[in-house]
Amino acid sequence: MSQSHQAAGIAAGRKTRDAIAESFSDLHPPLSAHEALVAADRCYFCHDAPCMTACPTSIDIPLFIRQIATGTEEAAAKTIFDQNILGGMCARVCPTETLCEQVCVREVAEGKPVEIGRLQRFATDSVMDRPQPYSRAAETGKTVAVVGAGPAGLACAHRLAMHGHSVTLLDARAKAGGLNEFGIAAYKSTDDFAQNELNWLLSIGGITVETGKALGADLSLGQLQQDYDAVFLSIGLAGVNALTLDGNHDGAIDAVDWIAEMRQSKDKTDIAVGRNVVVIGGGMTAVDAAVQSKLLGAETVTIAYRKGKENMSASEYEQDLATSKGVHILFNATPKSLSDGAITFTRTGTDEEITLAADQVMRAIGQTLEAAPEAIALEHGKIKIDEVGRTSVTGVWAGGDCATGGEDLTVTAVAEGRDAAEDIHATLMKGE
Amino acid sequence: MADLTSNFIGIKSPNPFWLASAPPTDKEYNVRRAFEAGWGGVVWKTLGEDGPPVVNVNGPRYGAIHGADRRLLGLNNIELITDRPLEVNLEEITRVKKDYPDRAVVVSLMVPCEEGPWRDILRRVEDTGADGVELNFGCPHGMAERGMGSAVGQVPEYIQMVTEWVKKHSDYPCIVKLTPNITNILHPAKAALAGGADAVSLINTINSITSVNLDTFAPEPTIDGWGAHGGYCGPAVKPIALNMVAEIARNPETANLPISGIGGVTTWRDAVEFMALGAGNVQVCTAAMTYGFKVVQEMISGLSQYMDEKGITSVDEIVGRAVPKAKDWQDLNLNFVTKAEINQDLCIQCGRCYASCEDTSHQAIAMSEDRVFTVKDDECVACNLCVNVCPVEDCITMREIPLGEVDERTGKPVETYANWTTHPNNPSVVAGE
Repeated sequence: MSQSHQAAGIAAGRKTRDAIAESFSDLHPPLSAHEALVAADRCYFCHDAPCMTACPTSIDIPLFIRQIATGTEEAAAKTIFDQNILGGMCARVCPTETLCEQVCVREVAEGKPVEIGRLQRFATDSVMDRPQPYSRAAETGKTVAVVGAGPAGLACAHRLAMHGHSVTLLDARAKAGGLNEFGIAAYKSTDDFAQNELNWLLSIGGITVETGKALGADLSLGQLQQDYDAVFLSIGLAGVNALTLDGNHDGAIDAVDWIAEMRQSKDKTDIAVGRNVVVIGGGMTAVDAAVQSKLLGAETVTIAYRKGKENMSASEYEQDLATSKGVHILFNATPKSLSDGAITFTRTGTDEEITLAADQVMRAIGQTLEAAPEAIALEHGKIKIDEVGRTSVTGVWAGGDCATGGEDLTVTAVAEGRDAAEDIHATLMKGE
Repeated sequence: MADLTSNFIGIKSPNPFWLASAPPTDKEYNVRRAFEAGWGGVVWKTLGEDGPPVVNVNGPRYGAIHGADRRLLGLNNIELITDRPLEVNLEEITRVKKDYPDRAVVVSLMVPCEEGPWRDILRRVEDTGADGVELNFGCPHGMAERGMGSAVGQVPEYIQMVTEWVKKHSDYPCIVKLTPNITNILHPAKAALAGGADAVSLINTINSITSVNLDTFAPEPTIDGWGAHGGYCGPAVKPIALNMVAEIARNPETANLPISGIGGVTTWRDAVEFMALGAGNVQVCTAAMTYGFKVVQEMISGLSQYMDEKGITSVDEIVGRAVPKAKDWQDLNLNFVTKAEINQDLCIQCGRCYASCEDTSHQAIAMSEDRVFTVKDDECVACNLCVNVCPVEDCITMREIPLGEVDERTGKPVETYANWTTHPNNPSVVAGE
């Protein structure tokens, strides 16, 4: 029943269930207790540590590593969660190589940073099956609508609930979690971690989740403002950039949709992938789509990017990950036309043509803001916010990928959600 | 390859690295392996009186202190002297010495503080062909409770008395092993000398409790819920041992008393340091117990390379070379001025120097917005803490301010040698005029 890499067209089950499971196991396996001690011993406990400055959520990294080194990983986890309630997911998906670990003094000195990401996972994993260390303050009687249950919305909702507010967490999809659940690569969040973390987070209480509620369709900002004391928008980037090419291709799809479908599949044996896959784009989504296509058994997978390596927004580390999994990266390739089973590029800035066999073409050229309320001011296609997350509309805050400020990273979204929650709390308690 | 031959109080060995009297030298099997690995000599694990041997605990005998990556820094033990029959040990010593005539085999002894038992055990040792005896006046646990080991080593009169008995009843070169669990090492050293000892060896282990189990609230190592203090050794005790060796070597009364240096010798460098402060050879235990007998090969190659590089042709040339420079505090030059200097090319910007100086010292390091750390010469008292906490070797060094140049901290030029004994702030200085 299982098909081979060479099976023509787009097909599911190119690998056996076991082979797929093996391929999609943890990208960075968890540290054993011994490994964690060895890794923690390498930390110099820097003064005003660069890693901490580089972390968008400002986790006290030297402190939590010292807590691991002294056998108190639960205390280490608390140090992490105080700043970043999604510290478990961030430990898995953060591009540490461009954040904390890039500036680790041991990276600078030896090219080998302290393994901060894996240590963070070690600490956070140690408490995920326990009650979360936070409880709610006395009920304030205030209500807040959080629209979008991705990282920004979750971080905001949790912090608000902690302060005693009643939160309604609304999401357009059938499940909460946002990109944690539907976006990030499967090998970074194994064993249904996104949902487990979500449940752990919600166990603080005071947060009501309502799914299948989309802004613009089922919800209006005006109504939300009437019904709640404050509104936080964390609606992400639901649209995808269009790519108009000559010709038709039955197998041309958006990478984000394919990834979302794959993330929801139980064992991925039902996920169809081409024999020859071409992913157009240069960011993390392109890498995630390409690598997972390869892991599902595609014979050839190419990322085609219209500019050079130095412009690619996927980090060097992600590029290396892709190539190590057998993905070919084609630089300076501008898509020109599609035909059945093939795609043609021109060498960017020239007439030279390159035609690749392609049963499946995935577009990963960026997402766009969709369904933003008209009343709200935008900037560069995103909801304009100030440093505490306030939008142009009084009583409405925003954060995460849908808003300006910071990179589109899980950890940045968490920081923005948390900070907006603090400002919402301060505002509501002042009675503004 | 330099000539590492050692002649310590007439006992010859191919190199100055001996295994100390301890678990590694308890049996023929171990000692043969040690000699095959290259050790120059052994002090056989302490023999006691004939008769029923001592018994050991059957729970843990060791406890440890670890550094990063579980590197063993300090080891504690509550093991007693050999728990094997005297006759068995004597037979094994005889066989081993016969097969390794070029290696030093010294026998450690500990019997009750009476002349008879000492006379008897010396007679038993005589036929083994061993090269000398070492009197164990050092073990601080177990045997001390029975009036032996450090219980003897803490009473100079007993040391002298027993040493006299040993010299009276045997012709063996006699090494007296000293306990560090005293206030002044010179008293036991002088007593050994007065008793006729050919040499002293030091240090034996230090009274210690390594840790406390925080679930059972019992000292560790724990035997059925209770703990007793043990003897501490390993790299952590080296500074204590070096000082005690130097105290004996630089004291006029004991300066000519040969010393076998013991205490945390782990590498060839440690050995050379002991020898430079007056030790004629060194004895090693914890390094072997941690890494196995093969460590001696690094000690041999390292010492050899060092001697070749320095043009030293005999290990005796090293012995005592640092002794003239080991002084009292009051002799130190108070006009000597240095300043910390940070090599910006080596600096990895961890900021540990800043934290330590700012929080706990003299606020003499500045930190810029972009994490460049620089020394404030007008605040730096040259305490060396930044050098010690910096994780990068040689990144921070101490620069000597030349004579005549102004010390920015005091605003005064550096002057020639002057010490506390003549300092105007010293209340005991009597005006010379």
